[in-house]
Amino acid sequence: MNELFSEWVRRAVETLSEMLRNPDQAPVVGKAFIVSVFPEFLQGVVGAFISIAALISVFGGLFALLTLMERKGLGRIQNRPGPNRVGPFGILQPVADGLKMLTKEDIVPFRADAFLHFIAPVILVMMSLLTLAVIPYGRNMAPIELDSALLFFFAAGACTELAVFLAGWASRNKYSLLGAMRAIAQMISYELPLLLASFSAVLLVGSLSLVSIVDSQGGFMLGVLPKWNVLTPWGFVGFIIFMIGAFAESNRSPFDLPEAESELIAGHLTEYSGFKYALFFMAEYIGMLAISGLAVTLFLGGWHAPVPFLGWVPSYCWFFAKLLTLACFFIWVRATLPRLRADQLMALAWKCLIPLSFINLGVTVFWHYSAAWSFAMALPARWGIAFLALAVPYTFLARQLGTKKTFARRTYRFAE
Amino acid sequence: MLGTGIIRGLVVTARNFLGSFYDRRRFVTVFYPEQKVEMPERFRSFPFLVYDGEDAVRGLRCVACKICEKNCPPQCIYIVQQRDEKGKPLKHPAVFDLDISVCMSCGICVEVCPFDSIKMDKVFEVAESARFEKLLFGKAALSKSNAYYRSVSPADAGETDARLEEEKKAAAAKAQAAAQKKSAAQAQEPQ
Repeated sequence: MNELFSEWVRRAVETLSEMLRNPDQAPVVGKAFIVSVFPEFLQGVVGAFISIAALISVFGGLFALLTLMERKGLGRIQNRPGPNRVGPFGILQPVADGLKMLTKEDIVPFRADAFLHFIAPVILVMMSLLTLAVIPYGRNMAPIELDSALLFFFAAGACTELAVFLAGWASRNKYSLLGAMRAIAQMISYELPLLLASFSAVLLVGSLSLVSIVDSQGGFMLGVLPKWNVLTPWGFVGFIIFMIGAFAESNRSPFDLPEAESELIAGHLTEYSGFKYALFFMAEYIGMLAISGLAVTLFLGGWHAPVPFLGWVPSYCWFFAKLLTLACFFIWVRATLPRLRADQLMALAWKCLIPLSFINLGVTVFWHYSAAWSFAMALPARWGIAFLALAVPYTFLARQLGTKKTFARRTYRFAE
Repeated sequence: MLGTGIIRGLVVTARNFLGSFYDRRRFVTVFYPEQKVEMPERFRSFPFLVYDGEDAVRGLRCVACKICEKNCPPQCIYIVQQRDEKGKPLKHPAVFDLDISVCMSCGICVEVCPFDSIKMDKVFEVAESARFEKLLFGKAALSKSNAYYRSVSPADAGETDARLEEEKKAAAAKAQAAAQKKSAAQAQEPQ
């Protein structure tokens, strides 16, 4: 017994020194050590459990951080300090918010479907957390390495909108139902450009696996420029289309029509209070982080460093730095743009984004086949052709979207 | 061009964000419990009763005429006139209750008071732990000195004091004239 224990201690010290020597792989090494302690038949379950615990704690912490950043950032943009009462500079505000949510009364409307009303936020959080499972957070650090990870991500991500509809339906409230219907309409419209934009990356790599998509973006062009997809013409346009779709998918401003407080009270959240409301809130933020994580993976080079001489910084640090940058961008946009009207929302998706993403797909194909060009000015020529192929249609699409429509004068007839 | 407006908007918000860190003058809010905004001269919260001199009971200007009670739109004032042992009414309120949970700060009681005895206060931090009993202010809680009134709204108080002084002088002059007339009449009568 004593020998076994001293053996464990020796291996633990070895693992720790290995983790310190190579911080890039520290989480992987640590997990492998913890798993090796358990007997063979338990190792799979324990490994999964460690991944789940790590994901929930990291993203739970990020959720808390993000709510604080959002409130502080919005405050600064509106020239006020933001929450500054709880703890130094208000950094303990998320704790106070959480306690408040926990102690609130949980109200279920009398005529509501109590079971569905309960299960909707649970499904929502579950599906949001599922989407986190396939993202590569660092070198060798994808919790599940699926061959069709992108497909899994979108399948699980689409289920969140279903849970939103469930919430709206189960509440038996007209505002909830209207909000839920808007959410479904929005999802169907914006899932398309989102998918088409991410297909470009899939098309070039030839794999749905997010790990191989990140691997393909490693290395540097001319020794300085990282080989990220966003630094190609199709990747740049794809990234912008993807981000617009991501804003709509995560129901964030300016696409927060499902919970437009000026029209629908709080949409599907109207009949929710207490911890169920907190779950909705958490799912929204985790969904936002997940889709930002996917944008980082597909277009911003995943966990790869932006400059060669910073390659020694652990890979997961780069991933989370990029993730938080995108999250800040979400907050920045929320503070800037007003909410779209329902018809503007649909027009933007169907008349502008979807045609543009199809054209972008064509440009991706061109980029793939022109990679073999070997004459002197090959790269500028490729850029020029791709730019023209995207900019000209964009100009026309933008023009027709911006044209002012004149409506016939509306006449009202009243009962005599 | 579609999209340029969004970028311009993002620049505006970014400038506000960065500006709020180095320019304190951008801040439109104050840290309320620690910092307070000076209330404007005409700001009013709830009425109080003014007394002259040091004694809150004897110096009270209120004569229990009940004009304010009758004119109060939400009916938040309740007055009972004081009577002496024989039941003769005195020019003093025995009870003066004002329910500030009902009061709507209209200031009509101040307008109608012929004795300048009820004035508007500037205290707005009146939060209490009990909803009914602690928000019903009695005579003792309502009585505040003229010096206090002068400190909260100097312009109005100065105007009132000047007018009262004038009236006092006029009354004194009139009394003197009446006394002279009387004494003159008395001097004439024996003839």
